[in-house]
Amino acid sequence: MAACGDGFYGNNTGTREHTLYPYVTGTSVIAMKYKDGVIMACDTGASYGKTLRYKSVERITVVGKHSLIGASGELSDFQEILRCLDELTLIDHMCDDGNSMGPKELHSYLTTLMYNRRNKFDPLWNSVVIGGLKKGSHGDEKFLGMVNMIGTHYEENYIATGFGNHLAMPIFRSEWREDMTFEEGVKLVEKCLLVLLYRDPTSINKFQVAKITSEGAAIYPPYSLKTYWGFSAFKNPTKDSSIEGSMKRLSLSDPAQTFEHFVAVSRNV
Amino acid sequence: MSRRGDWVYENNGGTCVAIAGADYCVVAADTRLSVGYNILTRDHSKICELADKCVLASSGFQGDIKALHKNLAARELLYQHQHNKRMSCPAMAQLLSNTLYYKRFFPYYAFNVLGGLDSEGKGCVFTYDAVGSYERTGYSTQGTGSSLIMPVLDNQLKSPSPLLLPAKDAVTPLSESEAVDLVKDVFASATERDIYTGDKLEIVVINKAGMKREYIDLRKD
Repeated sequence: MAACGDGFYGNNTGTREHTLYPYVTGTSVIAMKYKDGVIMACDTGASYGKTLRYKSVERITVVGKHSLIGASGELSDFQEILRCLDELTLIDHMCDDGNSMGPKELHSYLTTLMYNRRNKFDPLWNSVVIGGLKKGSHGDEKFLGMVNMIGTHYEENYIATGFGNHLAMPIFRSEWREDMTFEEGVKLVEKCLLVLLYRDPTSINKFQVAKITSEGAAIYPPYSLKTYWGFSAFKNPTKDSSIEGSMKRLSLSDPAQTFEHFVAVSRNV
Repeated sequence: MSRRGDWVYENNGGTCVAIAGADYCVVAADTRLSVGYNILTRDHSKICELADKCVLASSGFQGDIKALHKNLAARELLYQHQHNKRMSCPAMAQLLSNTLYYKRFFPYYAFNVLGGLDSEGKGCVFTYDAVGSYERTGYSTQGTGSSLIMPVLDNQLKSPSPLLLPAKDAVTPLSESEAVDLVKDVFASATERDIYTGDKLEIVVINKAGMKREYIDLRKD
């Protein structure tokens, strides 16, 4: 039931409170299928608006024996999703019938969950990526899918949420192949993570990569990527104004220079 | 100024077409799923087989579309259990209209074309708006590319004019293969000019023998 405003437990306002916008958010999650299973990766940061509030957040977890789940968006809503899934896996386990929840079922469950919350105007403000591997009628069947906060859902060979949709998807579309090895897969994923690090303002240089195969899931410890900032115009912007990215040196204490700059700028308008 | 309910809907794009013939029906839709200027996936079906002679294609908000299809499929199964036969296309048409109107004040953002064979084995197409108003026609299209395709169908299908009195049945006199070729042509054209239409075309043909499915590649840009 909604926290306190729905009048359900005797608090008599009876007014429904709805989520209006997210507060603490995680940025992109990217994932791809490869030869032995699925690789999923994201950074470990969580922002509070423009502040980078938390730097060691795990946004990818294992669910059951067969799935990995990662989310971007509101962190507390992701924690709520995990709580629902814990409850579900417990109930399934107590049935004790030998069945376990695979990634397809998980995807279906989360779609229903997110869509129904959207119908009540009280969404779980996340984009959730579900990846996994379960034995089916054709042997080990890999699965990778996404559900967003209003219930849009699909399956694909590679997925990216948030900024990743704009920056990582073109790289996946160009370089993903069926049957990549784990090393090739991680290289491709790191390429995407690097672009996201350079261009997504809310990302940080601390990543977690996870994989799931028929042997089980593994979430690797966080690590950083090497970045390159050695552009000469970046190191010394005013040194040589003919270099791409340089800026003209301007001395504000010299009225002649300031006036000249003012005239040049107003002419360009 | 952002309104409270702005985020509840999104348009995932795409186009659907259905054409009814004397003894067949063609239902087709592209397979692109988009959000804004992004393509989420190039391989997502908008078509749902509701009964052995009844196929629904929908374009609009994918969350609502999938929920609507699931709802109707469940109701059809219930009908099978209660009546010991599958739902006919005209029966499903009425059910779809009622289902849509049920959510008149929080609509399914789904634009539907229902196609199949009626109880006499003749092709039928039903076209809908988002809140359930519907009409049986000889052909129809819905979705982001519909305004590009409808005039071409009006021109090429050689159907009797809907303005004639007495009203004449609007099924096309074209043969099944001619209709399928026309569908491929109109989608190729719509793909050129509509950014939300493209990638792949899924065509389902229903006739006395059953249901056949075909996939054609479209431009991916």
